[in-house]
Amino acid sequence: MIRFSQVSKRYPNGHEALRRISFTLERQHMAFLVGHSGAGKSTLLKLITLVERSTHGQIVVNSRNLVKLPHRQIPYFRREVGVIFQDHKLLHDRTVFDNVALPLVVSGVGHRETGRRVRAALDKVGLLGKERLYPITLSGGEQQRVGIARAVVNRPPLLLADEPTGNLDAQLSDEIMDLFHQFNQYGVTVIIATHERRHIQRLNKPVLELKDGRLVHDGASIG
Amino acid sequence: MRAYLLRHAQVLLSSIGQLARMPGSTLMSVGVIGITLALPGLLYLLVANAERVSSEWHGGTHVSLFLRAGVTAEQAQSLATALVDRADVNQVRIVSSEQALAEFKELSGFGDALDALPANPLPTLLVIIPEPRYEQPELLEQLLVELRSLTAVELAQLDMEWVQRFHVILKLIRRALIVLSVLLALAVLLIVSNTIRLAILNRREEIEIIRLIGGTDRFIRRPFLYNGMLQGLLGAWMAIVLIALCVHLLRPPIQVLANLYGSAFRVAGLSLPESLIIVAIGVGLGWLASRWSVGRHLRAMQPT
Repeated sequence: MIRFSQVSKRYPNGHEALRRISFTLERQHMAFLVGHSGAGKSTLLKLITLVERSTHGQIVVNSRNLVKLPHRQIPYFRREVGVIFQDHKLLHDRTVFDNVALPLVVSGVGHRETGRRVRAALDKVGLLGKERLYPITLSGGEQQRVGIARAVVNRPPLLLADEPTGNLDAQLSDEIMDLFHQFNQYGVTVIIATHERRHIQRLNKPVLELKDGRLVHDGASIG
Repeated sequence: MRAYLLRHAQVLLSSIGQLARMPGSTLMSVGVIGITLALPGLLYLLVANAERVSSEWHGGTHVSLFLRAGVTAEQAQSLATALVDRADVNQVRIVSSEQALAEFKELSGFGDALDALPANPLPTLLVIIPEPRYEQPELLEQLLVELRSLTAVELAQLDMEWVQRFHVILKLIRRALIVLSVLLALAVLLIVSNTIRLAILNRREEIEIIRLIGGTDRFIRRPFLYNGMLQGLLGAWMAIVLIALCVHLLRPPIQVLANLYGSAFRVAGLSLPESLIIVAIGVGLGWLASRWSVGRHLRAMQPT
């Protein structure tokens, strides 16, 4: 699903965020991405969503060579990747329903189909019945669930989560992690960047560990 | 196709909603656009009406041909007949030296002093009125040159009357109208692109999110384009109302003036096609400004 070969990323200011990273994550697998803040976790996720471009090396995601992907194709590629952000990135002037519907609206899905899929996604994250509320009236955990519903609403084959449990207490963050685990069991490939070792032990999934931009432990690649 | 149109209709509606949610700033920019579009519109009406007035007056140009002292009345008559046959001459009037003297005596009040002169010092005068379609500077100049070359002619003088000057002034105003229109169109572009810029900055976060979940730039651009076109549309409508108001206020006094001159002239307002042209210009400028503004800001925004 994801293959990095000798990928480096150097920012214009000279900071080398990633150095010669190589790993493979197979389709329908799940892995944790760990490392201290500044180790390059966010940069790695940004390379997968083409928010940043690598300065060296090859990246293949969902059978697409990202280095060669033309600029105009980026939006269509991003629809194949669901992303969950630490700060949720919800639109606060729109209802829960409209927030979750956004990826479908963007890809031009019909009205009726949108309603059906939004309710299905909200049902999966346990927020059915709150679709008319505004995000600001929800708790932090619920807001994160809205973010998750939005990420999965158009059923992408790949989910990326950047510190999805950063601001949540232990019980809530366990629930969120279980949710990702469930999606993985449905066949979605999942990468979760986190600094909480507890989840890794609990779910027993392979780990990619970054340190100063280098991959120091690769438990995901096979062979 | 139906889904596509439906989406556009939704964006249009939400754009209207957005403008309605900020009535203050919307009214301001629409007002400025309206006034900016109304100015060249009014100037255009001024020129159009002035042209209609002047078309009622006929010509006014004539050439005064002073003949040499020795030319007899018969010679003058035959010259006049020859000149009338020319294609560019409509009419020739002979003012004999006696007639001229009598007229001069009457008008000047030097009657007795002129009687003391031994002979009539005034030459015979032919007043030549050109054909209306030859009333163009180059053609008149050519006529003048040919008349001057006649042996019987002492002096040929072209009298460009004020109608001619009026036409020249109208031409000048029309030129100024074009220059002014271009400048004011630029002003509209700047006004709209500025309000669009503010709208984009207000929705920066939303644009970022839409990009992250795979929204194309075309999708992001759409509501801003509608916003710009709506501003242009409302501004154009405002301009049409302002112009109609001005015409309404000016019509009675101009009517009085026209009646004093015995003219049936009536001030014309904007016709339907002219109003539609203003609307098209407003919408077009709004689209152009927002397209330009959005394009510029989207390129500068991260993520791309």
